[in-house]
Amino acid sequence: MTLPLIVRRSLRQHLLSTIITAFSIALAGGLLMSVWVVKVQSQTTFTQVNTGFDAVLGARGSKLQLVLNSIFHLETSPGNVSAADYEFIKHDPMVKTAIPIAVGDNLRGYRIVGTVPELFTSVEYTPGKKFSLADGRLFDPAKKEAVIGSFAARKLGLKVGDIFHPFHGLIFDANNQHPDVYVVTGLLAPSNTPADKVVWIPLHGLQTMAGHDPRAATDVSAVLLQLTSPMAGFRLDLLYNKQGNRLTFAYPIGAIMSELFSKIGWFDQVLTLIAYLVALVSTGGVLVAIYNSMSARRRDIAILRALGAHRRTIFGAIVLEAAAIGLLGMIAAFAVYAVIVSVVAAIIRAQTGVLLDPWAFNRVMLWAPFGMIALSALSGLVPAWKAYRTDIADNLAPVS
Amino acid sequence: MSLLSIANLRRSFVSPDGERKTIVDVPSFSLEAGQQLALRGESGSGKTTFLHLIAGILAADSGSIQISGRDMAALGEPARDRLRAESIGYIFQTFNLLQGYTCLENVLLGMAFGGSADQTRATTMLERVGLGHRLHHRPRQLSTGQQQRVAVARALANRPKLVLADEPTGNLDHKNGREALALIRETCRENGAALLLVSHDPQVLAAFESVRDFAGLNEAMKEAVS
Repeated sequence: MTLPLIVRRSLRQHLLSTIITAFSIALAGGLLMSVWVVKVQSQTTFTQVNTGFDAVLGARGSKLQLVLNSIFHLETSPGNVSAADYEFIKHDPMVKTAIPIAVGDNLRGYRIVGTVPELFTSVEYTPGKKFSLADGRLFDPAKKEAVIGSFAARKLGLKVGDIFHPFHGLIFDANNQHPDVYVVTGLLAPSNTPADKVVWIPLHGLQTMAGHDPRAATDVSAVLLQLTSPMAGFRLDLLYNKQGNRLTFAYPIGAIMSELFSKIGWFDQVLTLIAYLVALVSTGGVLVAIYNSMSARRRDIAILRALGAHRRTIFGAIVLEAAAIGLLGMIAAFAVYAVIVSVVAAIIRAQTGVLLDPWAFNRVMLWAPFGMIALSALSGLVPAWKAYRTDIADNLAPVS
Repeated sequence: MSLLSIANLRRSFVSPDGERKTIVDVPSFSLEAGQQLALRGESGSGKTTFLHLIAGILAADSGSIQISGRDMAALGEPARDRLRAESIGYIFQTFNLLQGYTCLENVLLGMAFGGSADQTRATTMLERVGLGHRLHHRPRQLSTGQQQRVAVARALANRPKLVLADEPTGNLDHKNGREALALIRETCRENGAALLLVSHDPQVLAAFESVRDFAGLNEAMKEAVS
């Protein structure tokens, strides 16, 4: 009972300093775990999200831009694909499914994408799962009807039966309203994919929206493709990217997204380095907090020694106290972590539609607490050494 | 065999001007089991150093301090700590209670380093000194007289063979001092512990049947005087 009692009482005697130090460890530990989990989860999730497609065919340009635009509904479209090119690849025997999309309009900032009903009826966005409706029905491809992604519907406050005017361009401008009127016929159930933040309308509707260039009325922005085999991907890559020069064939989608993460890898490293430094500084705070209180502790240490406590008992008590501050901090760190990742996940969801799972197990949740507690204990070594060397007689005043 | 037997005990310190000064030089001293002895000595006479040497708080330069046949002076520090925790109770002038701990915890800690933190025994000792109703109070919530009683309970809780008391009434008023002294002597007797008390207070010394002059024991003082 001796060591735990000494540690408990010491923590209580220096309560304010204990709370402040533990809080700084909580912030640092929470930040470290958050940076790590968000980094790993976003990389894993974004390289796995393909909404059920193997490749994308688009205008000549960056593959990454093409994938971001057509799969994640971010970025601008690199250009158009003619109806002939769409028909050509649609009937290629190496292609299992070809879904055209057209972009260029928005509804109060949420992207409007024109497509065909097969996207919802034929494609599994993840193995075994197709898009489903939470309410209403799919749009009629020949009418001015819309199906709203779950996140967009919630944010825009739309329900079945509502009507809206699309706005021209990908960025919302209240002065750029189209005269066309669309009626909401269905709301998609949440899929935790980028489709959740999209307003879906018939392909023909977007192509022929009042004010759009009539010369491009049969063009599409990109074609989402399911291939018959991986070999088909390599052959089409050869055909479009190496031999051709008009179109870009983005394949495989995961590898292209990995390129994005490798390009911004330095940013990850900087964030991680900052998190490590914050962790180091906060555990250094344990050293400062205990070391600064050593003058006040000398008499207690001398009394304990006079009662028979060994030097190593006093040394152990200080190290254990430092570790206990680390432990308290890391318990609180999980609350800090919960707040940070919830906010980050909400921002990522709002921007991309992709849902991170903050509570999915990650090994950082084991090594970070152990590491921080070990670092705190290490920080306790310096004041522990000072305590170890405390002279009993000198600190048991007065002397007669 | 005596409970405490000291031979040729010397301890010196280096003064601020670099000179080595002998504070304690006791050729011979002994105390029998259960004996109660008061040592008379003025401030600065080396009484506390003498008690610290017996308790193993300070290491001797030379000589031997036999406690129940074990030579405290020849032991390494960890063994001296252990022997002190098991066999010696120490009552200080300023009580030296741990302010962050309750009375009960103060007594329990005194026992714990000796290897037997018995809560029943600690409670019994506090009840014996009249503080059964203050078990969970902290020292600062007690009067000075009560604090000294906690120190007495702590010193005796581990059933030590020897109790050392360094000016135990020095911080108490006359009435509390008299009561504290009686309590220390009674509880030592009840627990079969020998008591070695140092004081310069004539009223305290007058309460003892055996009183010795520390200056007569300590050759270092004789040299200083001559």
